[in-house]
Amino acid sequence: MAERPEDLNLPNAVITRIIKEALPDGVNISKEARSAISRAASVFVLYATSCANNFAMKGKRKTLNAGDVLSAMEEMEFQRFIAPLKESLEVYRREQKGKKEARKDKDKKADSEEQDKSREEENDDDDERMEEEEQNDEEELDN
Amino acid sequence: VGKMAARLGGENRLVSLPLSRIRVIMKSSPEVSSINQDALFLTAKATELFVQYLATYSYKHGRGKEKNALTYSDLSHTAEECETFQFLADILPKKILASKYLKMLEKEKQDGEVAADAEEEEEEEEDEDKT
Repeated sequence: MAERPEDLNLPNAVITRIIKEALPDGVNISKEARSAISRAASVFVLYATSCANNFAMKGKRKTLNAGDVLSAMEEMEFQRFIAPLKESLEVYRREQKGKKEARKDKDKKADSEEQDKSREEENDDDDERMEEEEQNDEEELDN
Repeated sequence: VGKMAARLGGENRLVSLPLSRIRVIMKSSPEVSSINQDALFLTAKATELFVQYLATYSYKHGRGKEKNALTYSDLSHTAEECETFQFLADILPKKILASKYLKMLEKEKQDGEVAADAEEEEEEEEDEDKT
């Protein structure tokens, strides 16, 4: 699958915001520095993915899971990330669970009105649906 | 309230980087088959932590600080000096002036010529020893 070069880049605005929030107020960040950090972040994703994938393969699994990513952080010497990542994961899982239950409730209500249609939606890999508030993108994860 | 804050825009979001984009980058690795949702989230979050870490480390250890700035040179310095960030060395090369680079090339060429001459002389000497 051929990607256009820009697809492997992360959005500038978001990267800039993360950098600004991390540095003391008023520090100027050169455009070159921003662009370099953005590229570095993309490389980080690739490196982390490759590393995590090795752990998955060791476990004879085809799907990367949370444990693989955490093991990758350890391997890459970013142990400092592990505790905050675990915390965030807890929150994320709770959020996802909440969303799923909200969807089920919605479907149940729709059920009483249109039985067949809502049943199809529920069978549609509920667990694997990703939700993003920003983009309203719904992608199904590969199986 | 904490959970609600995670849904709001800006700094209070749980993760700012778009998961769909992170996924595209991850999937560009040919050996990856599929990615579980939690793994995707963690990778995005880790990337944010990485950006923060790279920026603050480089600022702290770099010279840009003297002018209240974070510069490219601070970043490439980090990639070179800090083992954790060495995987970035290739994409954050040190920069030199074009004029210096040309001088370097000239010098290398001259060194090459000197070395080649020395080799030739050695070979000749060896031949002499044999006879």
